[in-house]
Amino acid sequence: MGRLYDKLSADVRYREGLRACIHCGTCTAICPAAEFYNYDPRKIVNIVQNKDEDRIEDLLKSETIWYCGECMSCVTRCPRDNAPGLVIIALRSLSQDEGYFTESEKGRQQLALKRTIGEWILKYGYCVYPRHLSFELHPEAGPVWKWEQENLDDVFERLGGNLDGKGPGILRKIPDESLDELKRIFDLTGATERFEKIEKASAEKAAEMGLEDSEYFVKIYNENSGEHS
Amino acid sequence: MIYEGKKRIWKDYQKEIPSDQYFYVRSCIRQNFFPGSEVTFLRIMRDELGKVIYETEFHTSCSGIGYHTDIVPMETTMTVVARQFALMTEAGYENYAASCITSFGLYCEILETWKHFPELEQKIRKNLKEATGREFKKPKYVAHASDIIYKVRNEIAARGKYRLVNRHTGKPLRVVEHIGCHYAKMFPHKGVGGAEYPYVLAGMVESWGGEVVDYPERRHCCGFGFRQYLVRANRGYSIANTHKKFESMAPFKPDMIITNCPGCPYFLDRWQYTIAEMEDKTYGENGYGIPVFTYEEVAGMILGYNPWDLGLQVHQVSAEPLLDKIGIPYDPAAKYKGLNNKDIDKPGKPTYMKTVP
Repeated sequence: MGRLYDKLSADVRYREGLRACIHCGTCTAICPAAEFYNYDPRKIVNIVQNKDEDRIEDLLKSETIWYCGECMSCVTRCPRDNAPGLVIIALRSLSQDEGYFTESEKGRQQLALKRTIGEWILKYGYCVYPRHLSFELHPEAGPVWKWEQENLDDVFERLGGNLDGKGPGILRKIPDESLDELKRIFDLTGATERFEKIEKASAEKAAEMGLEDSEYFVKIYNENSGEHS
Repeated sequence: MIYEGKKRIWKDYQKEIPSDQYFYVRSCIRQNFFPGSEVTFLRIMRDELGKVIYETEFHTSCSGIGYHTDIVPMETTMTVVARQFALMTEAGYENYAASCITSFGLYCEILETWKHFPELEQKIRKNLKEATGREFKKPKYVAHASDIIYKVRNEIAARGKYRLVNRHTGKPLRVVEHIGCHYAKMFPHKGVGGAEYPYVLAGMVESWGGEVVDYPERRHCCGFGFRQYLVRANRGYSIANTHKKFESMAPFKPDMIITNCPGCPYFLDRWQYTIAEMEDKTYGENGYGIPVFTYEEVAGMILGYNPWDLGLQVHQVSAEPLLDKIGIPYDPAAKYKGLNNKDIDKPGKPTYMKTVP
């Protein structure tokens, strides 16, 4: 088959996620993303199942593969035991590997996710670290969370946490030797390479758009064209 | 709900859950937002029931949020998880308890994938050895922490000081239970009760005296959606899905919500505030919202633990109206104090949603 389809079908998530779709549309009916966005997982599965190389490339550059919330509600209900959510994960991986993700507004957001969740995992050992969260970026979280953030050490001490402390416990400082092991795993198994690809493709797109790195970050984190639903 | 029919379905989805000797792995999200819940889990299991729950400072994030935001490749996440299994093996345990649903779903997915692709498991073993020098045995049992509380629910009820009953009317409290998508939607047989009618929280509610509310969007996602909340531009997806759930449950007048997942209580709690700010619409009684709890918080309430030790003060929707209904005492003046009654600020007030005090 074509180059992209061959890469897709080498992904075990694709092989586990798509056996034979009968286009019943049950996945779309149950999908929270389909209710909110202009999104139809049945159509996506149809495109990849047809193995049309040009349409797969269009898909990898599109907004639509980034609409899924990966809740996997589709997996429970598919009468043929397919997993459209896993097909989406495989498509998103390929879009990043090929550098296509910067062609869509939603795909460009991968840089923001890499620079927050991705870097926090490596730096702290947690995918979320409270000293880097801010009320300005999360005004929806409400005044109690704002109070908590402003009194982080006192609140965690009161609730039995071990924020940045030694030994086990809640939000302890994860020992450096464990973080070193995590880094070596990332280097060996493809995460570091993916991070570098995200940075490189994003830098190229920022230059193409005439934006400095910080301007590009602010844009991709906040911008919503309003043309997604 | 046709109860007898559900009981027949539940019989097909029973899960073997050891009641002791666990290697415990914490949740990134819960440590950040509901620290009191993990403290309460260990307090109940170790201090109340005398169980052995082992933890180590050397475990890390499973990288699951990175995996489900698609920035961390599958092989990386599998190797990180293999490292957690190695820590369990080295500590001499074979029962693995995850505090996080995203992690629990990933462990189930990884173990299942390795069954279908044994060559992938061998590759991950090689990766782990090369990167860390470690080796692992696969866990004999993987439990979500709620499975374990479910297992001991009747012991908690027997020791409990309170029940999920309205002390003014004598009637059971009406409880919405929210399971979290990755608990059983991918692998129904890995969750107590399956995916369509999960019983893990319903069993706790029944054991503790409450009545489970069945409503149309009971199984709908809380709206997290990983990248759909984590990137600011996408948060409309998140709040729209939560809004859908509240619109669906509101006519059934629930007294409270009990949750299973790290993110779900955060979104079901916080988005009530945001919906009120956006639309001046508050769910629940008298403008206070519907209080949302983790299963450990509810277990702690039943056992009579101090609500402020459980961490109920870090909820946006005030817990006091529910505590008053059950008759659980609390000290209003101690709510926002630090350790040893240390004075710290108090939170501001929302524009529309009422809070205590």
